[in-house]
Amino acid sequence: MTIVDITSAPDRAAHKVADFKPNLLQSSEHELCPGCGHPVAWRLVLDALVDLELANNTILIAGHGCYTQMMKISDLDSLQCLHGRAPAVATGVKRMKPDAAVVTLQGDGDMVSEGLHEVLHAAARGEKVTALLFNNGVFGDTGGHMTATTVIGQRTKTSLEGREAAEHGYPIDIAKLLTNIEGAAYVARGAVNTPGMIARTKRMIRRALELQMAGAGFTFVEVLTMCPTGWFVPTLDGPEYLEDSIMETFGIGELKAPN
Amino acid sequence: MSASRGHVTRGTVVLDAERCKGCGLCVPACRPGVLSLGSTMNHAGFNIPELREGCTGCMACAEICPDFALEVWKFEVPIAFDASAGAKED
Amino acid sequence: MAPRLMQGSDAVADAAILAGCKFFTGYPMLPFTELLENMAKKLPQAGGVCINAESEIEGINMALGAAATGARAATGSCGQGVSLMQEGIAELALNELPLVVFTMARGQQDYFQCTRGGGWGDYRTITLAPKDIPEAVAHTQELFYLADLYRTPVILYGDYVIAHTSVGIEVEAMEFGPLPAKDEWALDGTMSGTGRARQIWTWNRGKPNTPGVGPDAAWNSIADKYAHIEATEQRFETYRAEDADILVVSFGTTSVFVDRVVDELRAEGMSIGSFRPITLWPFPSVGLEEATRGKQHVLVYELNAGQMVDDVRMYAHDRSVIRSIGGVSQDESGMRQGDLLNADEVRQRIRRAVGEPVAARN
Repeated sequence: MTIVDITSAPDRAAHKVADFKPNLLQSSEHELCPGCGHPVAWRLVLDALVDLELANNTILIAGHGCYTQMMKISDLDSLQCLHGRAPAVATGVKRMKPDAAVVTLQGDGDMVSEGLHEVLHAAARGEKVTALLFNNGVFGDTGGHMTATTVIGQRTKTSLEGREAAEHGYPIDIAKLLTNIEGAAYVARGAVNTPGMIARTKRMIRRALELQMAGAGFTFVEVLTMCPTGWFVPTLDGPEYLEDSIMETFGIGELKAPN
Repeated sequence: MSASRGHVTRGTVVLDAERCKGCGLCVPACRPGVLSLGSTMNHAGFNIPELREGCTGCMACAEICPDFALEVWKFEVPIAFDASAGAKED
Repeated sequence: MAPRLMQGSDAVADAAILAGCKFFTGYPMLPFTELLENMAKKLPQAGGVCINAESEIEGINMALGAAATGARAATGSCGQGVSLMQEGIAELALNELPLVVFTMARGQQDYFQCTRGGGWGDYRTITLAPKDIPEAVAHTQELFYLADLYRTPVILYGDYVIAHTSVGIEVEAMEFGPLPAKDEWALDGTMSGTGRARQIWTWNRGKPNTPGVGPDAAWNSIADKYAHIEATEQRFETYRAEDADILVVSFGTTSVFVDRVVDELRAEGMSIGSFRPITLWPFPSVGLEEATRGKQHVLVYELNAGQMVDDVRMYAHDRSVIRSIGGVSQDESGMRQGDLLNADEVRQRIRRAVGEPVAARN
């Protein structure tokens, strides 16, 4: 079949259905690896904020990781906080600005390793914020080290032969932990490795934000993202590796939601 | 997978070639399977995708692109095409 | 309102609320606990929020969040708890966020903690050390002002005596000078989506539309700010010191005992006076240098193994006449007030120090 020209807008009558980037991104330039899942997940968040008319009312608190670049290029009032502490910082922010949409963005190393204490307590207190976890099972920004969510068999620079329970312990299913905490009103896990997963995850993020603004309590969405660099797999294998490893271990879906 | 269902092209994309990092995620995401990584490289040396007839404007490629390099359009009138013209290399 | 008998923690809480504190968090730890209890009771009634944090690390970060929205916020603890807050205090400083931290210390063992800090990077914390509850009440209000004026975390060095004893006092609101508006940097979500959203980030890289100055420029500018504070905010008090041969240096509640002994020894014919740093940081280097000129003995009395004496050694006119005559002062309560917070002990140690030849090591 013929290859078509994709270097400029079509000259036939047409309407645009998808922009290059969400308006809430000041720039689409970032330094993340080819095939990184973080920007894919972040787009869903920005789209949800716009859909829910929260674009002029959002405060973002981001932790430390590759995803911090998303904060940097986003047109949102933002604060970069100490590793692991975003839910605590968000508590102070939301209590002083209860009408704002407060969103935290952390990776698995930030939230589940360093910040396990903070996220559990913020959930227990029912803080009306939306905590986002971009989980790729690895400390990507530091070069590929084991976190509390690295799955059994996953190779990192601190689990060179693959994570083994006897030596490295088991990964923590943070979403499952949160479902047991009464203050957590909404707990869901999605992914961005396929279009189908992207669509499901978009709905989860939207639901979490809606519930925050309705005052339901602590809302949480974990998004499994690809990190082919941190997984030591070819870029194109990222989506499948995600499915076979992290998704296989933790599962996908809405774990807790109000009736 | 057959990419010539109905033999119409309903949409198209615009690629910001310099944003593309040649990750190839758009290729398996493309529902009609009309995207592939070609031999053309951009400034940074990444192989950028090429699009064949049959795009449905589903936006899956744009949504999965980590580099915000794709814009999607839908034609007011779908374009019929002959699926046998040219060969698609898989 | 007439004076009434109030516990120090109660009076300090009232002072904080009068200063406009809207967010307070803390983790129970003696002798700070009563301040948390008072704020838990009173702050909600004043339209604020008081949270019993689940750890001091959580507390300092909650307070940082509140401060980032422009609200007047505070937290506190003592010793070990403030140790846990060091990362957060540095983060506040390097983000140029205001916060008042109440260190209700156990004795005087946390001088280094407040003046050197255990956080990362080039930062300092203005630290006021009141000698009694009325001064603590004034310092509390002033610290909220200084925090906003300089956009920095600041510390009140209180202790068991300040926190737990009671005095007759009328807590009155104090007025301070004008302050710059906060809305240029304080986050409330309203600049989101305008193309010029705000950002608080220690690396100060900014966003594409509003580039920041970057870490080098930001951290140099912050260092310059602290250099300015060091030059302009030194405070101290002397008592009967100008014509004295012997100068006793002490800070905080200990100085009340020292000054009492100065009067007693003066009455007995000793030529003695005292010097009291009010700002532990910036240490009153200029005042100390002047006050120590011509002194035959400079005796440092503090309830620790020797912390403030390092600063005295750095700035005194003649280092050879300095002696450390305080010490670790433990007691069964664990509150580190102990045997050395005792006028007789102060008197004996002064007499011993001036009776013996001054040791060469100083």
